[in-house]
Amino acid sequence: MTDFILSKYNYWIYVILIMIGFYGMMAKNNLMKKLIGMTIFQWSIILFYISIGSKKGGTVPIIDPSLHPAIRAVDYINPLPHVLMLTAIVVGVATTGIALSLLILIYRKYGTVEEDEILEALKK
Amino acid sequence: MIHFPALIVVVPLMASFFIFAFGLFQRRVCFPLMLGTLAACLVFAAGSLWAVLSAGQPVHYYLGAWDPPWGIEYVVDHLNGLVLLALAVVCLLAGIYSKTMVEREVPVAKHAPFYALFVLQATGLFGMTVTGDMFNLYVLLEIASFSAYALIGMGEGAAPFAAFRYMIFGTLGACAYLLGVGYLYIITGSLNMADLRQILPPLYQSQALIVGFAFLIVGTGVKMAFFPVHTWLPDSYTLAPSSVSVLLAPTFTKVGAYVLIRILFTVFDPSFSTTLLPATQVLGWIAVAGILFSSILALAQADLKRMLCYLIVTEIGYIGIGVACGNRLGLIGATFHIVNDIFMMAGLFMAVGAIQAHFRTRNAHELTGVHRKMPVTSGVLVICGLSVIGVPPTCGFFSKWYLLLGTIQAEQWVFMGVLLLGSLLNAILFFRIFERMYFEAHHDIPPRRREPGTTFERAAVSEFAPMVVTAAFIILLGLFNERIVSGILAFAIPPGF
Repeated sequence: MTDFILSKYNYWIYVILIMIGFYGMMAKNNLMKKLIGMTIFQWSIILFYISIGSKKGGTVPIIDPSLHPAIRAVDYINPLPHVLMLTAIVVGVATTGIALSLLILIYRKYGTVEEDEILEALKK
Repeated sequence: MIHFPALIVVVPLMASFFIFAFGLFQRRVCFPLMLGTLAACLVFAAGSLWAVLSAGQPVHYYLGAWDPPWGIEYVVDHLNGLVLLALAVVCLLAGIYSKTMVEREVPVAKHAPFYALFVLQATGLFGMTVTGDMFNLYVLLEIASFSAYALIGMGEGAAPFAAFRYMIFGTLGACAYLLGVGYLYIITGSLNMADLRQILPPLYQSQALIVGFAFLIVGTGVKMAFFPVHTWLPDSYTLAPSSVSVLLAPTFTKVGAYVLIRILFTVFDPSFSTTLLPATQVLGWIAVAGILFSSILALAQADLKRMLCYLIVTEIGYIGIGVACGNRLGLIGATFHIVNDIFMMAGLFMAVGAIQAHFRTRNAHELTGVHRKMPVTSGVLVICGLSVIGVPPTCGFFSKWYLLLGTIQAEQWVFMGVLLLGSLLNAILFFRIFERMYFEAHHDIPPRRREPGTTFERAAVSEFAPMVVTAAFIILLGLFNERIVSGILAFAIPPGF
């Protein structure tokens, strides 16, 4: 069991992080904390993708003839998931930017970022 | 001509930056630039569909001349060609409609960012429809979503709050989709839809594949406002500016529905989605609950715009039922309903937006006399309403007809019953409104108070024209339904049915 957990520890970290993020998004009352949860959620997926691409004993994906005369895929880390995550990081930054500007608008309007207080203000 | 599938994404993407940049110096150029871009997109969409129809087979475009599965591939076939054309038409009409609405609803300093986002929104929608690559779809989905969050945030009252909630939900959906793509990538090493279709069948028993499939369906479900995860929709689309909800409400959820069909039946084999893992059955039963729930909630709304928002959820339920039938007729009904609903919702939101702007009410109980002040708008509202109910010769009748035939062929009597019951509830909903609009006031409701000194101003041509064109499309799609179904949609059904 311990081996099972330790041998794939990077995936376990991804699972734990995504759960923390999900909890933050769903259970927190403060909109800023919701946003933090959302960010953890997004970045844990990035960690997941990076884990997919990496290999034990693999090196940077630039063909190096000194490594082995024939090119073997096992020697090199798969670069594609990492490249995909460059895009996902940009997406994450954009989300955070929009979320923060919306939070500023909300704060200016209601003077708070607590969800229950805003809902109470909306009822009036 | 061969570059049209790529141009429909590249041109508006570039244009949105130019609109923003030019708008900093001269805000008058924003509107013509936006209109020109969307008109060009209409040409690209029509050209792509024409190329597909004349060749009789899908048009493939390899970005940067990288062959799939290594590069990104854009594909236009009979299914997304038609959706693309409908989207392009409605985006252009929404663009024209926004001219006076934006001046009314958005502060002058925000016009340039508004139009930049407006075009960016269209970019995302076109891209989601045209792409043949799973990860590219995610990126374009996020482009469309971001523009939507920002545009909704410009609305009235609690709009920023609604946009924030929408964003939490939307990001959850997009992340689920991304995870699903990741799981499929682990077991196949491919992101190309056509390539996945080739690689996946031997792996249909794999647990990672089933998890990935579930994530993809949940992610798309959130974006298309499928019943239990639709809760972001009513608030955000109600509070968004009229010009924004006219663009968003008809298009975004329907593109989500298209993506769902693409994943269920093109990326995966229909036999997998319907029998091996009865996902469509589950979707069908959820859609049944969604139709009943949302059409009853729509009846309870006094606010016209909020009522229409619940109606969107109902229409998505109908599409879900068509998918759940798992046969040719049901799928023709579902795809035809996607196209029809794009026009129906555009017409309804335009009419309600105009009524709100000129008649100064959105309350369904205060519509008495609106037909005398705004005859054309009322007429459009009636045509679109009849189409939602499903009265011939409007297009809504024909797509519902195919959906019904699909449920009968699949022998799903509950689905059939709910389809009919939903139409009945829609009929109650709209005839109540028509009664308020065209007949005398009820005595138990006091006449609407008009603020002293306000005079009635007529709707501008830029508001009339798109509405009338939309209504004309609704009738024409109905009259030429046979041509569309046998000429385009019959070829749009994925192989395996």
